[in-house]
Amino acid sequence: MNPQSTKRIKAGGLNAAAIVIFLFAVFPVYWMVATAFKPNDEIFTTRFIPFPLAPTMEHVSRVLTKGVAGHSIWQYLFNSAVVALGTVLIGAIFALLAATAVARFRFRFRTSFLILLLVVQMVPAEALTIPLFLMIKRLGMYDQLVGLIILNMGFTLPFAIWMLRTFVAAVPKELEEAAAIDGASRFVTFWKVLFPLVAPGLVATSIFSFITAWNEFVFALTLINDQGKYTMPVALQYFSSQRSTDWGGIMAASTLMTIPVIVFFLFVQRRMVSGLVAGAVKG
Amino acid sequence: MAQTSTIARGGGESSAPARRRSPKAPRRGRGLPDWAVPYAFLLPGLLVIAVLLLYPLYQMIDMSFHKVGLRQIRPNPQPAEFVGLQNYTDVFKSELFWTSLRNTVVFAAVTVALTLLLGTLVGLLLHRLGKKMSTFLVIGIMAAWATPPTATAMIWKWLFDSDAGVANWMLNQLPDWLSNALFGRSDWSGQPWLNDAITIYTVLVVAVVWASFPFIAVSVLAGLKAIPSELYEAARVDGSSPFRTFRKITFPLLKPIFSVLLVLSIIWDFKVFTHLYVLAGGTTNRDAFNLPIWAYTEAFSAPPKMGFGAAISVVLTVIMLIITAVYVRQIVRTEEL
Repeated sequence: MNPQSTKRIKAGGLNAAAIVIFLFAVFPVYWMVATAFKPNDEIFTTRFIPFPLAPTMEHVSRVLTKGVAGHSIWQYLFNSAVVALGTVLIGAIFALLAATAVARFRFRFRTSFLILLLVVQMVPAEALTIPLFLMIKRLGMYDQLVGLIILNMGFTLPFAIWMLRTFVAAVPKELEEAAAIDGASRFVTFWKVLFPLVAPGLVATSIFSFITAWNEFVFALTLINDQGKYTMPVALQYFSSQRSTDWGGIMAASTLMTIPVIVFFLFVQRRMVSGLVAGAVKG
Repeated sequence: MAQTSTIARGGGESSAPARRRSPKAPRRGRGLPDWAVPYAFLLPGLLVIAVLLLYPLYQMIDMSFHKVGLRQIRPNPQPAEFVGLQNYTDVFKSELFWTSLRNTVVFAAVTVALTLLLGTLVGLLLHRLGKKMSTFLVIGIMAAWATPPTATAMIWKWLFDSDAGVANWMLNQLPDWLSNALFGRSDWSGQPWLNDAITIYTVLVVAVVWASFPFIAVSVLAGLKAIPSELYEAARVDGSSPFRTFRKITFPLLKPIFSVLLVLSIIWDFKVFTHLYVLAGGTTNRDAFNLPIWAYTEAFSAPPKMGFGAAISVVLTVIMLIITAVYVRQIVRTEEL
């Protein structure tokens, strides 16, 4: 066999492997969407039906109009959006301030603070659920979305600061110095010079926090009792009863809650990798 | 590396490279004094971390020495009774501790190994693929990565449904001799995966590996891209086999990434909650408990035993923090903070 064809066989093998892995990654997501559009007799069958033969909006429209557990799905999506946006808005301000401090200033306890950021990220949120539950209860925020916002903010903040500080550090210091020499106040320098340049990083960090809060399950499960205040991940549980499970409805609702995440994810995927692996990836 | 200490206000703890020079900003008569600015910036974030992470951590430990039940949760709570190490002795005496610990550890070991292996192989594959094929695959694995945990668990629950699940259908498609040789059975119709701990964990492993290998793959790819190609050319000239090249060049250079990924994976898989909660259908199947779900169940199902739950959480956290120590050391060593 000549080297040319060996090479071609090799490339073919690699491509074949890529397709197998692609299918493994995508099939479950595809199956979720496909099920959402199948009529019930195509869902509850032992046959394999690769795609909806008689596509129907039945489940999607049922989920959108009738909802689940007595409340409209819009209510749950709205609750999730409130929690996620609230987390982002408050968190972004705090994260930007702290990231600026860490990236721009040398001060005592700076290294200790950075190590603290790393360590607290490792504390399992699940383990802290019990004291946090009591704290939220005593503050009178049980059954209120604001309680969820506060907790989510606390758990997304360390990573948000960690991620944002690299963006702040990337803005040339000279720009701020020039503004300062021109007599701009500290606030004006921050607002007019640093902020616009860090904005893309702030967007990436915010999207990360948004996704985390949008997906959050344990706190929402523990701190919310009123069904009207469920977030999507919790509401999803109520599609099944003891006797039957509404798989068409679940898959339609899962698709609905996944769409915003996938869209946002496309923007931040690269930043998440470098943020999480931190200094281990050089270059 | 050049050290500048001029800017280390109030302390000598500067590890800044020379270019990170702080300007002697002209003092403007108003506002905070210069030295206080970073602290003022830090304050809100630090406060949030202290209140939401550090104080609860302290409280969790404190609670683990008390009997905290319904009387302490109600409005006008009564003071909790100090019980010393009682909760801990109860934890270690409980049969559930040993099954939960076993489930937690075995699940984490299997899942971490499979995730890292598959993720690394896919990372290497991505690196060798053509540009188009590589982009195609990255987009594909991103779908798995981005799917929210609750949705992920629901999807796999549906794929492994006993009657209409695709998994049973696929296993039935295997030639009988192969299925018999591999699993000792050929008929999978109506196999109920989510009734019993071992099969629940089988599905859980598949679901979690599916959701987490993309991150490993993309991280390994990022690391591979940073390795200078000259090294590989030299290896090729020397006639080094692919496996040897991986062992002698790729692996040592990617070692810092691997250790961080290893620790992150261990941490994620040790505290898996959402996927298991959804797959096992809540907290009724005691055989399928892992430590987080056991702690949660003791604390929140009636009658609430929050001190006992806290003690379980402390045990879990101690295990996690031991692993964390390795991770933090790694980061502190490899990155100029």
